[in-house]
Amino acid sequence: MRTETINPTQVGMTCAGYVEDGFRLQTMVAADERATKGVYTLRYLFFNDDERQGREVYTELSPDNPTFTSATPLVPAANWYEREAYDLLGLVPVGHPDPRPLILHGDRLAEVYPLRKDFPVDGVLPAVERTMTELHLPEGMFEVPVGPIHAGVIEPGHFRFQMRGETVHALSTTLFYTHRGLEKRAENMSLSDGLALVEQTCGVCSLSHALSYAQAVESLAQVAVPEQARYIRVVWAEMERLYNHIGDVGNICAGIGFSFGTMQAGRLKEYLQRLQARLTGHRYLRGVLKVGGVQQSLTADQSHQLMHGVQAIMAEFAEVADAILSHETACDRFRMTGVLSESAVRSWGAVGPTARASGVARDARLQQAHAAYADLFPDTIPTFVQGDVMARLLQRIEETQISAKLIAQAISHLTTIRETSATTDLYTPLPSVEPYATGIGVSESPRGENVHFVMAGAHGQIERLRIRSASYANWPAVPEAVPGNLIADFPLINKSFELCYACCDR
Amino acid sequence: MWKLITQRLRTPRTTLSVEELLADKGLNEGTPDQTLVQSWNRLRRTAFGGSVHIRHVDTGSCNACEWELTALLNPVYDIQRLGIDFVASPRHADVLVVTGGLTRNLAEALQLTYEATAHPKAVLAIGACACGTGLIGRTYAQQGDVALSVPVLASVSGCPPQPADIIRGLIEVATKLEEARVKHGHGTPAI
Repeated sequence: MRTETINPTQVGMTCAGYVEDGFRLQTMVAADERATKGVYTLRYLFFNDDERQGREVYTELSPDNPTFTSATPLVPAANWYEREAYDLLGLVPVGHPDPRPLILHGDRLAEVYPLRKDFPVDGVLPAVERTMTELHLPEGMFEVPVGPIHAGVIEPGHFRFQMRGETVHALSTTLFYTHRGLEKRAENMSLSDGLALVEQTCGVCSLSHALSYAQAVESLAQVAVPEQARYIRVVWAEMERLYNHIGDVGNICAGIGFSFGTMQAGRLKEYLQRLQARLTGHRYLRGVLKVGGVQQSLTADQSHQLMHGVQAIMAEFAEVADAILSHETACDRFRMTGVLSESAVRSWGAVGPTARASGVARDARLQQAHAAYADLFPDTIPTFVQGDVMARLLQRIEETQISAKLIAQAISHLTTIRETSATTDLYTPLPSVEPYATGIGVSESPRGENVHFVMAGAHGQIERLRIRSASYANWPAVPEAVPGNLIADFPLINKSFELCYACCDR
Repeated sequence: MWKLITQRLRTPRTTLSVEELLADKGLNEGTPDQTLVQSWNRLRRTAFGGSVHIRHVDTGSCNACEWELTALLNPVYDIQRLGIDFVASPRHADVLVVTGGLTRNLAEALQLTYEATAHPKAVLAIGACACGTGLIGRTYAQQGDVALSVPVLASVSGCPPQPADIIRGLIEVATKLEEARVKHGHGTPAI
């Protein structure tokens, strides 16, 4: 990847230039490198899906004046990344249109920056002080606050709907309630131990996060993954997508109280998770991967069980999906609800099924082929253009079929490998790594592209870990899809994006 | 509509019996724990009627515990038929089910939810993070143990715990709540 080193005052203009050239902001990593370089650093990573290449914009900030020119006025997608750098490292984005604290709730704390190296991991922060501000809304408008604790079994987030009658005029979100300090905890862990911690980022994308992290470490240590392990990775990554997508179809039905869909999909998801528990020992596929390869092999007998289970469930799912789509009342609620435009997807850099259902063919399995996807993945992917709840539902139903096909292909490749290959290595041991080497790992989770940035320390430990989950990229786009809809449709719209809070908040 | 009806008729019975549930290790094996089955049968004849109403509070979980709680409502476990259900308000709840390692941003929310819950009330900590044995533990952003903020009556460890383990935890809490009610009457303070 080409790196362009610039002055902190040129950040805005340079980033805008890349976006004009068809790149999108993939992630931004702020780091405290005072001990080694005497500076704070910022790395803006861009990716161009058409040309399939990445770029890095690198800048150094002096500790005496840790400020830089914000890219947010020109590149909206940079918004959260820059606020996060301000919150956690005290790097001030000059000209940022909304420099409120993002991750550490309450008023901005003076000179308390947890990700700085001189701040201990369990350093104590003062309790959150929430200040109420008086609202000044025009005549006829009112606000509905919801959360952070919700009525169902859902993760915490705070939503404020500005209403005109039943119609939502604007939505503002407060997230990062579940910020756990995971990236700080990872620092000084060994590169191989980090994997178990990274699996805690998100319950339902455990495997994708592990995959992104493992690939980032493999890239910085320049380790090649054995062929068998690359195919096993595809099998489990697609199983994760399958159980999530089937579960999400049920959750979308739950958004309108359509219990037939919720219960049928819940039943099929449960069978898939039980199958996973039987074959790997974990319902959420934790402990399956390993840095350098995989932890567990997939024997001929296990492959057979897996194929048999997936085929049976896919046959049932086809009937369930058909029944859901035959229900006119349900479809009527799904159509034209929560429309996310293609331009919103492009300006926020949204990823995954969300982007694909709005007509943007963005898939890390295709454009940033990892594991064994380069050999297996088709050249084109299905997309929908409507960008409504229906499109996101259909997108998931279509993708389950691709996942089932990929599992079958990967298993047949594995059979060939078992028969022909002399080596049965499941992983390549991690060699000693070059101090302060950096690596980026990208995988396509059920919710979209997960990007992990890892910098090694002097002795093979983690110096800096930055996790950019698909939800982090997609959350800012959600409020764009809500205005103009009835407030009663928000649970449905929210569930159609099915974003995770924990892997956004970390 | 016709497809809905035929699909319903074609779907086999999938719900596990109480005995199967209490034996379930998620891997379709094991034998029922007879003491649990007995305490379940005893509970059904008491004032609560075995019924437990739960309010879930996420204090910084990774979402895995949430999905296992949601799984309790799927047709395989279907805890609603046992009189156990999730309610929308702490005012309606007997038990607060708390997941996550108590983040700084949610400390106030947990405290307020606990205060709003009607007596007698109990807290069930679900998952390693809430029980104080999580991998992330204490950081600048979380305390790493919900017992530091609210009294915890029972806990279910695991990362995440299996749905059947959560049901066992709920039976344990319901048993303790019933014992306290017998001992102190309905004015039972938080236990």
